[in-house]
Amino acid sequence: MAEEVILLNFWPSMFGMRTMIALKEKKVKYEHREEDLINNKSALLLEMNPIYKKIPVLIHNGKPVCESVIQVQYIDEIWSDKNPLLPKDPYQRAQALFWADFIDKKLYVCGRKTWATKGEELEEAKKEFIDILKTLQSELGDKPYFGGNSFGFLDIVLIGFYSWFPAYQKFGNFSIEPESSILMDWGKRCMERESVATSLPDPERIGGFILQLKKLYGIE
Amino acid sequence: MGLINGVNNDEYVRLLGAWPSPFVLRTRIALNLKRVPYEYLEEEDTLNSESVLNYNPVHKQIPILIHGNKPIRESLNIVMYVDETWLSGPPILPSDPFDRAVARFWDVYIDEHCFTSINGVAVAKDEEERKMAIAKLEQCMALLEETFQECSKGRGFFGGDNIGFIDIGFGSMLGPLKVLEKFSGVKFIHPENTPGLFNWADRFYAHEAVKPVMPDTEKLVEFARLKFNTSIFK
Repeated sequence: MAEEVILLNFWPSMFGMRTMIALKEKKVKYEHREEDLINNKSALLLEMNPIYKKIPVLIHNGKPVCESVIQVQYIDEIWSDKNPLLPKDPYQRAQALFWADFIDKKLYVCGRKTWATKGEELEEAKKEFIDILKTLQSELGDKPYFGGNSFGFLDIVLIGFYSWFPAYQKFGNFSIEPESSILMDWGKRCMERESVATSLPDPERIGGFILQLKKLYGIE
Repeated sequence: MGLINGVNNDEYVRLLGAWPSPFVLRTRIALNLKRVPYEYLEEEDTLNSESVLNYNPVHKQIPILIHGNKPIRESLNIVMYVDETWLSGPPILPSDPFDRAVARFWDVYIDEHCFTSINGVAVAKDEEERKMAIAKLEQCMALLEETFQECSKGRGFFGGDNIGFIDIGFGSMLGPLKVLEKFSGVKFIHPENTPGLFNWADRFYAHEAVKPVMPDTEKLVEFARLKFNTSIFK
């Protein structure tokens, strides 16, 4: 049976970037469908993700898989013959999943505050953001990638945010570079991979997108 | 090579937990299913516990499974780790990748929506807030009833013939749900509205891996009364 793989995505999403990178790392042929989340969600999206109505949605032979971290695990399990993404060892796997959860619960929420809040709340968010980056940097240590010598799951989970870092700094009016130079080097290293370079948007476009969001939500 | 209680240091299993926590309960059920011998350590004051701070400095939360000297954190991660490390007994996660993705999806839903709604009812400051939280929780139950029918395919559990990942994820919430039912007067798991879940709940409570570790409902009621000093518990 011929494989049919469709990815419903929205270009600025750091979550969608994860799934794209995973598919490209595994050299899976897939159809990319861009969703207009702001104006008009497609009927397919509403049918395939009725509970959250969010992207990314991976549709494999007609069956939907939702949630980016779950999708990356699924891709690794289905196309297991090349380029393993998750560690084989159960303990290493548990650690990788722990940090993925940390990134989703802490980094995403805090990052949003750097452009969506102001005053005291913004100052707190900026401090917290730097702390989160330092924690992640400490987890990276002196390894080239989070998984060790090879680019893998946790690198995929985090790298999408790299395209958002310039915008966070611009709108929050702060710099992350001095305290996170090792993490920035890691980002540049990942960007050398074709799967990453062709999945992350130009950070300038992210800036424009945030302006659009601020207008939409009435945030100054 | 050191030994603790006759077990090689590297293999020794400890679980840091707290008896009212549904997240701790998940990990105990998983360990029981796999018949893993472990030492359970009750942490009464997790925020000030040296062990908790040492093994989970990022979140300072339980449960924490310590296998040898390796800490594993987050209840669903621990359940998956137990499933992958101790291979005796039926698997907790299905073997098919799509079914695994479905099981993982529903446990994320249970944590992000179901548990959040349970908490929402408990901490509601007034009748208005409580009504909204109750409505949200009832929606969750309806969705989980549908999921139960689809996943069980006529058999006893979400996992089929055996307790699986979704059973553990949702079953651990039955205690808090019973507490809310007692205080709110609303039956969330209802013989007519959610017949599948209603019968499944009895089966879950009776399971040999669950029965010895499921907290007593009356004790949970008392715990809730003390913890949540909000209008619903007065």
